[in-house]
Amino acid sequence: MDWLLGRFSLDYLPTEPATIGAAIGMPLGVLAVVALLTYFHKWTWLWKNWLTSLDAKKIGVMYIVVALIMLIRGVADAFMLRAQTATSGPGGDGLFDVSTFQQVFTAHGTIMIFFVAMGLMFGLINVVLPLMLGTRDVAFPWMNSVSFWLFVAGMILNNLALVIGGFSNGGWLGYPPLTELQYNPGPGVDYWIWSLQIAGVGSLLSGINFLVTILKKRAAGMSLGKMPIFAWSVLVTTVLIIVAFPILTATLGMLALDRTMGMHFFTSDLGGNAMMYVNLIWAWGHPEVYILVLPAFGIYSEVVATFSRKKLFGYGTMVAALIAIMFFSFVVWLHHFFTMGSGANVNAFFGIMTMIIAIPTGVKIFNWLFTMYRGRIRFTSPFVWFLAFVVTFTLGGVTGVMMAVPAVDFQVHNTLFLVAHFHNTIIGGVVFGFMAGITYWFPKIFGFTLNERLGRYAAYLWQLGFIVAFMPLYALGLMGAVRRIDHYDNPEWVPFFIVSAVGVLIIAAAIGVQLLQFAYSIYKRNENRDLTGDPWDGRTLEWSVPSPAPEYNFAIAPTVTRRDEWWYAKNELKGRPHKSEYSDIQLPKNSGAGFIIGVLSFCFGFGIIWHMWWLAGIALLAIVVMIARRTMNDDSEYTIMAAELFELDGKRFHTEKKVSV
Amino acid sequence: MKRGIRGPAKYPLILSAVVLVLFGLGAWLMQGQHIPVLMPSGSIASQERDLIVFTVALAAIIVIPVFVLLGAFAWKYREQNNATYQPESANNTVLEVIWWGIPIAIIVLLSIITWRTSHSLDPYRAIKSDNKTLEVEVVALQWKWLFIYPDQSVATINDLTIPVDTPVHFHLSADSPMSAFWVPDLGGQIYTMNGMSSQLHLIANKVGTYTGYNTNINGDGYADMTFKVHAVDDAQFKKWHETHAKSDIGLTKIRLESLMQPERMKEPMYMSLPDGDPYDSIIEKYMQGSGHATMNSMQGTSDMNMTMTDHGGTH
Amino acid sequence: MSVSHPLEQMEKVEATRLGFWLYLLSDVMLFSALFATFMILRHNTAGGPAGVDIFSPPYVLLQTMALLISSFTAAVALSAANHRKRREAIRYLIATGVFGLVFLGMELMEFSKLVGEGHTWQVSAFLTGFFTLVGTHGLHITVGLIWLGTFLFTLRKRLLDENMIRKLSLFTLFWHFLDLVWIWIFTIVYMFGVGL
Repeated sequence: MDWLLGRFSLDYLPTEPATIGAAIGMPLGVLAVVALLTYFHKWTWLWKNWLTSLDAKKIGVMYIVVALIMLIRGVADAFMLRAQTATSGPGGDGLFDVSTFQQVFTAHGTIMIFFVAMGLMFGLINVVLPLMLGTRDVAFPWMNSVSFWLFVAGMILNNLALVIGGFSNGGWLGYPPLTELQYNPGPGVDYWIWSLQIAGVGSLLSGINFLVTILKKRAAGMSLGKMPIFAWSVLVTTVLIIVAFPILTATLGMLALDRTMGMHFFTSDLGGNAMMYVNLIWAWGHPEVYILVLPAFGIYSEVVATFSRKKLFGYGTMVAALIAIMFFSFVVWLHHFFTMGSGANVNAFFGIMTMIIAIPTGVKIFNWLFTMYRGRIRFTSPFVWFLAFVVTFTLGGVTGVMMAVPAVDFQVHNTLFLVAHFHNTIIGGVVFGFMAGITYWFPKIFGFTLNERLGRYAAYLWQLGFIVAFMPLYALGLMGAVRRIDHYDNPEWVPFFIVSAVGVLIIAAAIGVQLLQFAYSIYKRNENRDLTGDPWDGRTLEWSVPSPAPEYNFAIAPTVTRRDEWWYAKNELKGRPHKSEYSDIQLPKNSGAGFIIGVLSFCFGFGIIWHMWWLAGIALLAIVVMIARRTMNDDSEYTIMAAELFELDGKRFHTEKKVSV
Repeated sequence: MKRGIRGPAKYPLILSAVVLVLFGLGAWLMQGQHIPVLMPSGSIASQERDLIVFTVALAAIIVIPVFVLLGAFAWKYREQNNATYQPESANNTVLEVIWWGIPIAIIVLLSIITWRTSHSLDPYRAIKSDNKTLEVEVVALQWKWLFIYPDQSVATINDLTIPVDTPVHFHLSADSPMSAFWVPDLGGQIYTMNGMSSQLHLIANKVGTYTGYNTNINGDGYADMTFKVHAVDDAQFKKWHETHAKSDIGLTKIRLESLMQPERMKEPMYMSLPDGDPYDSIIEKYMQGSGHATMNSMQGTSDMNMTMTDHGGTH
Repeated sequence: MSVSHPLEQMEKVEATRLGFWLYLLSDVMLFSALFATFMILRHNTAGGPAGVDIFSPPYVLLQTMALLISSFTAAVALSAANHRKRREAIRYLIATGVFGLVFLGMELMEFSKLVGEGHTWQVSAFLTGFFTLVGTHGLHITVGLIWLGTFLFTLRKRLLDENMIRKLSLFTLFWHFLDLVWIWIFTIVYMFGVGL
């Protein structure tokens, strides 16, 4: 039976109380959802309207839902970590055994980067990009669906580790030789490898998809220079994705080969070189953090311009800054391991390159500030998120410039100072940006606005929570506290760890307020309906369609003659178009293939992790067949006739009111 | 939109006040704490600390105006204030020159400092001193530190006793997942890797006891890989190593193998070297006829051992 | 009524073409990572064989010829297809497949000989890098051959239409790309490996 079950065995079920809790709780949660869906007879609705949809807006919403669920898991992990360190000083015993602790911080980092940040990013891009570009969908809608389901497959593998097998204990980047068979023969590291590998393929495909969308599917008249700046930020991001993610694929692949086929890329013996892994993984890793933050920068540009009721300051410079950041993000990776001993010249070079990135980044901040200058600012919650970003991210940038000096880094590398720095930039830059984006574009998708007051409270709580959770970590780092420790001997550190734990609770409260915001807003949706499609008095094309946006986005493909087309065009409205202006449109039919490929990918990963080679082989074959089938499919679209469009589109001209805020 | 946004400044102001109070509390809390990175006991760490202060000061030149402008603009140009409104104004060459120019100038300055200090504080760079350099070999094991003093014929676990005001030249390797050797009171860290030998130079300028750490996760016992550094005067150092060179416990092949087993060690151990210095053999364990010779981390040759010239900094 | 079908069709074609080029760019990065790793590890023979011990330049030259010829026949096939010469296109596609299989077969023979002699990828970092880099290329060739197979299968029944020609041109792009990667492998792995 060895070949059938591989190394799968119930011996791998968890034994530690917290993990047992999660291992029972998570499947229970899934079962609860399944039960609800069955009870309310919603399976068909779910399958037809969401799971098989090739509409980028729907796919985007699904990404965001998954990402937000993962955010809750990630923050729960964070709370476990800080609860442990708050109680494991001298005389304290902590709450979890060290093996659990190490799996939790590995999972925390992996989930936050790959499933929360990437999920929110791809989600928002899916929702917004086609609308903003004046087109109906992304370039490859079927591939878009596949990307999403690969993302989900990776996410499920990641979480399954909690239920059986255990997760990696090697940190979110899994440096060898710790992650090699010599020190880690079990399935944990393999779960980590394959959940990232599968999700990573999805990301690469999305990168290609969005870049082609931007380059080939913009509305008539929208030259690159007339494109909204969010689209520019996505363009730059997709280039980063296409160039960087294959490096991740290759590197994880090599580690997997070491682990499954006994190879020697990064082993300690027979010529392996662990430093090569460090170089490769960071050659991906550094562009990755820019992949996360650049779309957030794009969101800030849109938000600041809209809520200052003013043109974005220095569009050209902003684009140039994005491109500069893109180029430089490829030549800084060594700053993640100045302490590996590469020598003064190499360290200095990479340090200087790192500092140079601060220049275009700083320029962007000034451009945003001077967009506010002589504008008419409305303190909506997206704008409050922006304010929180400037405060938080700038601090993170300062500590970043500090650590860009190798000799400084020698003293703070891998300490809690470093941990504080990267949370500073990621939370301030990425998280706040995506929160702003979700709030800003929510009405476009769902047809009503989120409660503003709760949104602002959430932002304030996040800001406060961030400071309380992470400022003590800067201090701790300077006091000698290194990262990833589950206990320590120095009594002076205890108060700081306790304060940090309180900070995580505040962040949890902030998320609670956001959940409340969703619930309350849904409850009060009729009072907050967006009747005009333009609730914020926006500047870009997505605000020219009704809310919720129809499946086809634009009934008549728009033509663009200037930047911020909608801002000017809305005052030149000509009323309902004539019937003859409508043409038939083609939309992609639903397809269950994405879902199936997701399931098969999960099976592939599961098979390799547990050494059930037959399962992996069959799954891989089936995936190839599914893809081949699609390429031979000539009947993948359906038509909406012009007459029907005329009727559908006409509805909004009855309900449209003049925009007033 | 529904109700207008009332009192927009109220909450940010309250929040700012709360945050300032918290920072104040934090600063008060830190008084009297031992903060090795900011209050070090060795010249390498002192120079690194000076760099930290310097970079923060440079960054403040940008950060403070950003915060001021943010607050000022948010306040003055809020809708209710009916200030000047120029919705189409989106360019200003003078301003752009300023906010490109000043950051560029700062970065140029910082780049020069970076170049200089990357060399002067290069871990491979010897420390010039009238005192003779002490050679110490370091091996990161799971989960303890082995310190070998080849010239004194002494080895210890988790006890790094060194003479004060004496440059120490470390050669570091490992039989463990990638680890890193760090003594914040004395200076920055370096990775220790299987089959490789990296180098570090530190000096303690104050008598005292300091704590050393491992900063790179290497398994379950990672957090227990702390060790003590005792900087003592010359006489005491002599007595210390002469006593332990006669230790009954010898760092034999067998004992070394048992030390290489994954196990935490609470108490320090003191050993003699009856079979000579095992450091090279520990590195050889992973070499097994590989193409590359004992590399000094990524460099390859020993010219990193040059004594430093007058690049300002180390003495 | 202005139906933009032809325009939308052309958009789709251009989009697919661009998408495929971008995929090739990502493949360049994948191979770059493998090449870089191979270069770093190539002297780590751990007491086992080095390139000069196991590579046979004449053999590899033959392999290379096979692949180059298959690239040539692929180009001719595409040209024939563009001129709507269905039979000729099929013939040259078959030739491409045959030479591709020769290449692959020779590679598999080389691999199994090495494994048979005990020079597996488990022996040293050098052999690890070698098998992975060359093997990844071989996997790409295999996928290409399967893709080619689907063309031949489809063309048995169907006419050579615009759609098919476009797909064929993407295939030849892929095939030429693999040729290019092989030139690099030939040079860096085999030629440098034996000291040339």
